[in-house]
Amino acid sequence: MTRLSPRRHVPVWGRQGRAGEERGAEWVLGFLASLSLVALGLIFVFLLREALPFFNLYAVGAFLTGREWQPVSTNPRFGLVPLATGSLLVTVGAAVIAVPVGVGVALFLSEVAPRRLREMLKPGLELLAAIPSVVYGFFGLVVLSRWLQAAFGLNSGLNALNGSILLAVMSLPTIVTLSEDALRAVPDTYRAASLAMGASRLETIFHVTLPAARSGIVAAVMLGLGRVIGETMAVLMVTGNAAQVSFSWLDSVRTMTATVAAEMAECPWGSTHYHALFAVGAVLFAVTFLINAAADALLRKGVR
Amino acid sequence: MIRSRGRRAGGNGGVASRRGGRAGSALRVVTFVGLVSVVLLGVGLAGCAPKHETLVIRGSDTMVNLSAAWAEAFMKANRSVDVSVQGGGSSTGFKALIEGTADLANASRPIKDSEAKAIRDKGKEPVAHVVAYDAVTIIVNPSNTVQHLDMTQLAAILTGQVTNWKDVGGPDRAITVYSRESSSGTYAFVKEHVMGNKDYSASARLMPSTESILQAVAQDQTGIGYIGLGYLTSAVKAIAIAEKPGGTPILPSAEAVGNRTYPVARPLFIYSAGQPSAVAKKFIDFCLSKEGQRITGEMGFVPVPGR
Repeated sequence: MTRLSPRRHVPVWGRQGRAGEERGAEWVLGFLASLSLVALGLIFVFLLREALPFFNLYAVGAFLTGREWQPVSTNPRFGLVPLATGSLLVTVGAAVIAVPVGVGVALFLSEVAPRRLREMLKPGLELLAAIPSVVYGFFGLVVLSRWLQAAFGLNSGLNALNGSILLAVMSLPTIVTLSEDALRAVPDTYRAASLAMGASRLETIFHVTLPAARSGIVAAVMLGLGRVIGETMAVLMVTGNAAQVSFSWLDSVRTMTATVAAEMAECPWGSTHYHALFAVGAVLFAVTFLINAAADALLRKGVR
Repeated sequence: MIRSRGRRAGGNGGVASRRGGRAGSALRVVTFVGLVSVVLLGVGLAGCAPKHETLVIRGSDTMVNLSAAWAEAFMKANRSVDVSVQGGGSSTGFKALIEGTADLANASRPIKDSEAKAIRDKGKEPVAHVVAYDAVTIIVNPSNTVQHLDMTQLAAILTGQVTNWKDVGGPDRAITVYSRESSSGTYAFVKEHVMGNKDYSASARLMPSTESILQAVAQDQTGIGYIGLGYLTSAVKAIAIAEKPGGTPILPSAEAVGNRTYPVARPLFIYSAGQPSAVAKKFIDFCLSKEGQRITGEMGFVPVPGR
């Protein structure tokens, strides 16, 4: 009985109120979280609803394997191949540049740089993410294209490489920040053990820390590339947008995103062209979704 | 006048409160009466202020600078009218006209049958007003020795049949075609007017703006592109065009377009859905006035002959 008495002094309504408050807050937060899922679902449904009619008007095979994109021709052709290779070329190029640089910078920040330097560098890098993509595009159109033209002796610097370089820079904040988090999550005992075994710092970084953070880094790279493949404005401005099937980074290419952005305003609502652009959008959505899902799966693996 | 309206509103409110009868709600009624008088006073004030009309114009990117210059001069002369001008392409303008989000559509091409039908479906007849002429200037890099082309050669270059400058009397050098995006009225005009509706070469670069075509051709020795006459700069070189092989090549100019000797020229339109409203008609009349057509010339377009 005496043990129970202090509890009587706790105002019952207060405890209940707090529990109720908590449940209320949980409910509100849960609702907000599910809103984003609902939005995603609605976008997906809308995309499919506008994309599917395309395949009643145009053969799926001709869409997926067609090598010509001539949407406003008297004989319109909606071939995905030049757009898909364009996106692929630009994305792979960006990855080739961004992955070594991004992971290198992350290694430097987490393993090498003194704390004060890191605290200066990291916000600077994150600021790259705040620059609007149209500014990157303008830089690519006016400055980078001249450099590329001179460096490779080209007729025009508006090509896939230009887009790749810009996108690599744009994806760096994501890749560096997340890779660095992954590296710092590696317990210090690993490093200490490695050093105690007589390994040098360099050996420790490349044979112990980096492998331990591998799945987190791969996820960081994939999220960075997810941004790259969906980026529109900068590539629209600097890749030249020639809808040709090419596997050279020095050629002009046309990405899926640039196609949708450039042509959506003009095409009559409900036309084959309109639905074709939604079909391209659905393909993009699927690719981005797969990349993000893969990144997520790898992150989970890393956590476990 | 303002005050008298305000007082009358208050009086009406008073009557209502007496009819309301319940003493307990007196305060609420007084608040209500106060609010009503304030609202009516506001309406009275607005009614006495000069009427503010708006005119929304959308469409052709080619015409957006010209249209903005007209709008600016028009608003100076008519302070009570707000004119807003937006680009986006001729198709965007027609789309806005069909949806009713614009009063007038700028167009660098005639209306398509499908667009005209969409307006008729809303019970209105599209009305075209020719307000200026445009000439597409064919531009190359200043280092290019080619001075003139005929329409057949131009079409062959744009469709990708001819891919080296030496085939049209120039140096042995590849050709890089710079075109506008397919949403541009100029893209459609060149396709119809020059290329006989054949497709652009797959390797043609589709640039998002006239400025980016200028930028690209100025940088590229192999480049050829097209721009509106008003956008020619010294960074690029204009090419003289002959109507037929062996014909006299004509450089684009206001005179050459006005006397119809320059082959790559076209009328520019303002479209309205049905007869234009009073303010829209006033604006179109202004565009065609002496002052308006002077602006047309200043902006590098060609005035409508006989005005």
